[in-house]
Amino acid sequence: MTPDMQQTQEILERYPHDREQLIQVLQEVNRTYNYLPPEALRKVAEGLGVPLASVYGVARFYGAFSLEPRGRNIVQVCEGTACHVRGASGVGDEFKRLLGLGETGGTTEDMEFTVVGVNCVGACALGPVVIANGEYHGHLRANKVGKLVRNMRKKD
Amino acid sequence: MQAIGNFDELKKYREGLVSARDPKRKVVAVCTGTGCKAYKCDDLASALEAEVVKQGLSDKVEIVPTGCHGFCERGSLLVIYPDDIFYQKVSVDQAAEVVSKTLANGEILEELLYEDPVTGKKIVKESDIPFYKHQQQLLFGPGRRIRPTEIDDYLALGGYEGLAKVLSEMKPDEVVELILKSGLRGRGGGGFPTGVKWRTCRDAPGDTRYVICNADEGDPGAYMDRSLLEGNPHSVIEGMIIGAFAIGSDQGYIYVRNEYPLAVSNVHVALDQAREAGLLGENILGTGFSFDMRVSRGGGAFVCGESTALMASLEGFVGEPRAKYVHTVEHGLYDKPTNLNNVETWANVPLIVNKGVDWYTSIGTGDVSKNPWGGSKGTKIFSLVGKVKNTGLVEVPMGISLRKIIYDIGGGVPDDRAFKAVQTGGPSGGCLPESFLDQPVDFDELSRAGSMMGSGGMIVMDDRTCMVDVARYFVKFLLDESCGKCVPCREGNRRMLEILTRICSGQGVLSDLDLLERLSRSMMRGSLCALGQTAPNPVLSTLRHFRHEYEAHIVDHRCPAAVCRPLITYTINDECNGCTLCKRVCPQKAISGEKKKFHVIDQDKCDQCGVCIQSCKFDAIDVA
Repeated sequence: MTPDMQQTQEILERYPHDREQLIQVLQEVNRTYNYLPPEALRKVAEGLGVPLASVYGVARFYGAFSLEPRGRNIVQVCEGTACHVRGASGVGDEFKRLLGLGETGGTTEDMEFTVVGVNCVGACALGPVVIANGEYHGHLRANKVGKLVRNMRKKD
Repeated sequence: MQAIGNFDELKKYREGLVSARDPKRKVVAVCTGTGCKAYKCDDLASALEAEVVKQGLSDKVEIVPTGCHGFCERGSLLVIYPDDIFYQKVSVDQAAEVVSKTLANGEILEELLYEDPVTGKKIVKESDIPFYKHQQQLLFGPGRRIRPTEIDDYLALGGYEGLAKVLSEMKPDEVVELILKSGLRGRGGGGFPTGVKWRTCRDAPGDTRYVICNADEGDPGAYMDRSLLEGNPHSVIEGMIIGAFAIGSDQGYIYVRNEYPLAVSNVHVALDQAREAGLLGENILGTGFSFDMRVSRGGGAFVCGESTALMASLEGFVGEPRAKYVHTVEHGLYDKPTNLNNVETWANVPLIVNKGVDWYTSIGTGDVSKNPWGGSKGTKIFSLVGKVKNTGLVEVPMGISLRKIIYDIGGGVPDDRAFKAVQTGGPSGGCLPESFLDQPVDFDELSRAGSMMGSGGMIVMDDRTCMVDVARYFVKFLLDESCGKCVPCREGNRRMLEILTRICSGQGVLSDLDLLERLSRSMMRGSLCALGQTAPNPVLSTLRHFRHEYEAHIVDHRCPAAVCRPLITYTINDECNGCTLCKRVCPQKAISGEKKKFHVIDQDKCDQCGVCIQSCKFDAIDVA
C-alpha cells in the first residue's frame, strides 16, 4: 500500500523553503505516517531543494526517525541510567521475549507491536519506566510485563 | 495584552498586576511538571478548580498549575500559600477534601502530610521538610509559584526587570563585564566562564551574531533543563535577550529536544507572549534594540548537545562535530560569531543582573574577582536519581558536600541497602565511592576526584549495582550515540564494549584491564569532540575505585552485586512454603515442585531473568 503523499505536501506547505527546516519537516512526516516512507523522503527533498542523499543521511542519523513501518502499539523502554540501575534491561528483555523479538527489539511480524529502547525520558522517580502508546507505566518489573502486553493487545 | 512601549509603562504594568492581587487570597500551587504528569496531576488541578467553584471559594482561593517543584518521588504535590502547607501523593479523589477541610476551614489533612522517615513525625510546612530545607532554590523557586504560560505571573514576580535595567542603565560592554565578574560558569557541563565566552563573541569581527540556548539535554538521568524550561520559560528567554544585547545579536535559537513536548509548547507560548508584550522582536521597550528567536526541535541525537554538532543540526545537517580549533564564538552558526549557553546558564543571567555581583559571588566556592576560573559561584540544579529515597530535582549552592545532597536532601539509600557509589557528569563523568562523600561539589573539585560536574545528573548506586555493568552501560550508550565521524571514538567505544561485555559474561582476562586503560588514553587524545574524549571516564573511574569488582568478574567468575546474568545463580531457600507462584510465572519453566512442598530451580533451564524473585512474596529466593 502506498502512503498518501498529499499529507507530506500539506506539511511542506507549512514550512519555509529552507534547508534549516529539514529536521522539523521530517519530524512531522514521521509523526503522520509513524515512519518515513521512501516516497515522502523524495517529496521532502524536492520540496526543500535538498539532495535526496542528504535527506536520507539526516533521516538515518537522528534517533527520532524510523525508516521502517512501525507497529500499531509502540512500547518505549527508558534506558536512562536511573532506570538501568533499577533493572530496566530485564524489563526490556521480557517484552522482547514475550513478543518474539530479537535482542535489539523492533516490530512484530503481525505489525501489532514495536519495542524500542529510548534515551532518558526524565521520569526517573518512576523508574524503571515504560511508555506504552504515550502512557507512562512506572516501577514496572519484568513480572508485570505480560499483563501490560495483554492489555495493549485488547485495546483497539 | 498591549505592547509595553517603555520602562515606565513596564513599571506601571507590573504595579497594576501586584496591586490587583489580594494578598489574603490563598494560592494552591499544584506541580504540573512532566514528572508529576505521570501521576495525573492535571486531573488533580482541574478537580481542585472545580471544587473551589462548587464550594463557592473562588474569591478566597486560587488554583495555580505551576512548573516542577522538584520532589518527583512524592507526586502529585501541592503547596498552599501563604501558610506553606505541603501535601504529597495527593490523588484526584482527595481534591474535594483538600478544598472543604483545609482551604475552607484551615484543617490539616494528616494523611497527605510528609512523614520524616527518620523521626516518623508528620511535617506540615514545606520549608521544614529536609528535602527542601537544605536547598537554595534561586532559579527553581519562582517557577514553583507561577503558571509557566502566563507572562503576567512572571512579570508580577519582577520578571523582565533585569532586561529593563540592562537596556535603560547599561552599555553592552558593561553587561559582559558584569557576567564576567559574577564568575558564572557554563552549566551544560564544561564549566567555561560565561563572561569570557560573551566577551570573545562580542569582539569577533562581523555584523551578524547569533545566540543559542542549548536545551538538548541528553545525559541519561538528568532532566533539570527540561523542568526549568517548561516551568519558567520566561526566565530563560529574558536571560537570552540580555545576552543578545550584550553580545550584539539580533537573532537567537532555542534548540530543544523533541522528546520534551511540554517544554516545546511552553516555550512557544512564552515567546508569543513576550513578542506581544513588546519584550521581544522589533524595538524592545522602545529602545531601538531588536532581537527575536526561533525554536528548533532536535532529532534525538545525544551528540547534538555538543556545540558544533548542534549548530550543524540547526542548519539542517547531520549533527557531526568539527575540530575545536575553529571557535564557534568566531565561526559558529552559518559561519557567524555565535554564543551558545545552556538553559540553566541563561536562567542565571537575570538573577545576576537583578541582585548584583556581590550577592552572587557570596554564594559558592573560590575567588573569581581576578580569575573567572578561580571558583564556582551560584547554585547548581542536580537531578538526584537512582537508588535514593527522595528522587527529584535539587538546587544547592556550589560547594555543598555530596553527603549532604544524598543523605540530608535525598534521604539516603532505600530498603536499608548499603551506599556504593554516586555517578555524576553523565556518560562523560565518573563514579565516586563512599570515601568521596565529603567532597565539596563544584566544577574543579569534582574534576580532581576523577568525575565531573556535567550538566547535573547525580545517580546514586547501592550494593546491588554492578560497577562493571554500569561502565558497560555508559560505553554502550556512547557507542550508540557516537556520530561515527572520527575513528578513535567510533572504534574505541566498540572495542571497549566488546571487552566489557566479555568481562560481564565471565570470559574476561586480567590483561583486559590494561587494555581498557590503554584504549582509554588513545581515545582521550585522539577523539574529535568531548563525546569521545570523555567516553573512557566511566571506565577509568570505576577501574580506579572499584577494580576489585572487575577482578571478581574475571578471576572468581562472580558478580558481587548479582547483576551480570551469566555469573549469577538463583536458588530457593527454606522460606519456600510451596505456594507455586514462581513455578507458574517462570518463563523458562525451570521451576518444579508440588503444592505446599519445597520448590527447586533447574539451573540448566534458568536464564536468570529474575521474574521469580520479583514475584515471590516470602523472600524465598536468593540470588548470588
